[in-house]
Amino acid sequence: MADAGYPDDLLYHPEHDWVRIDPADPDVATFGVTWFAQDALGEVVFFDPPSVGSTVTAGEAYAEVESVKAVSDVIAPLSGEIVEVNAALGDGPEAINEDPYGEGWMVRVRLSDPSERDALLDAAAYSATLS
Amino acid sequence: MAASSETELRRTALHDRHVEAGARLVPFAGWEMPVEYGPTRLIAEHRAVREAAGVFDVSHMGQIETSGPQALDALQRLLSNDVAALPIGGAQYSVMCREDGGVLDDLITYRLAPDRFLTVTNAANHERDVAWFRDHAGGLDAHVEDVAERYAALAVQGPRAREVVQAISDAPLPERLTVGERTIAGARMLVCATGYTGESGVELLLDPADAPRIWDEVVRRGATPAGLGARDTLRLEACYCLYGNELGEERGPIEAGLGWCCKEDTGFVGAEAVRAARVAGTAECLVPFRLTGPGIARPGNAVAGGGVVTSGTLSPMLGVGIGMAYVPAERAEPGVAIEIDVRGKLRSAMVSSKPLYAKESDG
Repeated sequence: MADAGYPDDLLYHPEHDWVRIDPADPDVATFGVTWFAQDALGEVVFFDPPSVGSTVTAGEAYAEVESVKAVSDVIAPLSGEIVEVNAALGDGPEAINEDPYGEGWMVRVRLSDPSERDALLDAAAYSATLS
Repeated sequence: MAASSETELRRTALHDRHVEAGARLVPFAGWEMPVEYGPTRLIAEHRAVREAAGVFDVSHMGQIETSGPQALDALQRLLSNDVAALPIGGAQYSVMCREDGGVLDDLITYRLAPDRFLTVTNAANHERDVAWFRDHAGGLDAHVEDVAERYAALAVQGPRAREVVQAISDAPLPERLTVGERTIAGARMLVCATGYTGESGVELLLDPADAPRIWDEVVRRGATPAGLGARDTLRLEACYCLYGNELGEERGPIEAGLGWCCKEDTGFVGAEAVRAARVAGTAECLVPFRLTGPGIARPGNAVAGGGVVTSGTLSPMLGVGIGMAYVPAERAEPGVAIEIDVRGKLRSAMVSSKPLYAKESDG
């Protein structure tokens, strides 16, 4: 499992999701779940992705992750249309535990309302919600 | 995440060991119990039990001792199995029913002496069981004693489990489904060759004061600490019922597939209702299933066309979703295709035979 941490270059939703926005292409964001979320879940054994082309709404569930014991919703930190899903999680969902900010990414989304990002937290503010 | 319980949770004699080992502790039937020893340990713990040996703290389970000249008569009335057929030193599974056949608990009873029996209860049902025992032993020359405080309990399970315990025992371990007193690493205790994992192994009922030292000894000799999470996936692969999931007061033993431990001729409480269900058949039957595609069914998911999932998980050994469900009796045959509504998605599954996982087959 990865070491605990919350990278400074990401934005965070209080429901334990992160967002990476590439300054070169600020209309598309990558979503995943935080170290805290994967630690609380336990070993992830199943990721049920949404389909490319479907829309997601900030604050609402867009996918499910399952450990042996339980299923949890994954909450969209921002709204938009899914342009790519991490197909590698189908056979290797444990990447969500092992590399939550890298190989464990879940979807890329073309943002419909980039101003929503103002409501997200930076790493320090998100970390503060955990203590 | 679940909020922590406001009520005071009981701790077993091994609580400090669990904390030291990094266990994730959760409330379970009023006890604070380890679910796994680290955030991603469940599957490794499960495999350790299937491939070598694991040790579980099951001290939350209760015990009732029934003794006296009419102890056998009392138990014959309380329990569904033929207690008279239980030899001294034997172990016997049974259910305890209401008059209408609803299941109050499922239990293992050990005959320690001709007139002395020890019955192991589920933690959540223990106090009700004790009261039920006392009510139904009334008028008989039998003494019912709640002895749960007297015992800690360790389940050492897996293909190497007996070897681990045998190495520190003063005498050969009891054979399967028997019980005997032994001295293990200097501590006198009851050794029961029973379990809930589908593997061989023993359950040790011992003085709580001895429990930490015996735990350390079996861990040092190679048993992997395993939590309630692995205990649940192991019992589900083996298709053992869990009270509160497969069994409850609204279900009878016949529909649960437990007719084999019901001997209606003994006249136990509920025998007439059980006999009627056996003769007439039941509307639904409990079956094991496995998903034939992606997905993991969970308790409460509906079976399309009727029925409900009672337990569901990912099988660590098979790598697919498995579970148990009540389905209409006409569909309760291995090989029948079913669909399960998993949070709005219909997932394909197949009724399987028991057990869902067995070493000697491909599952």
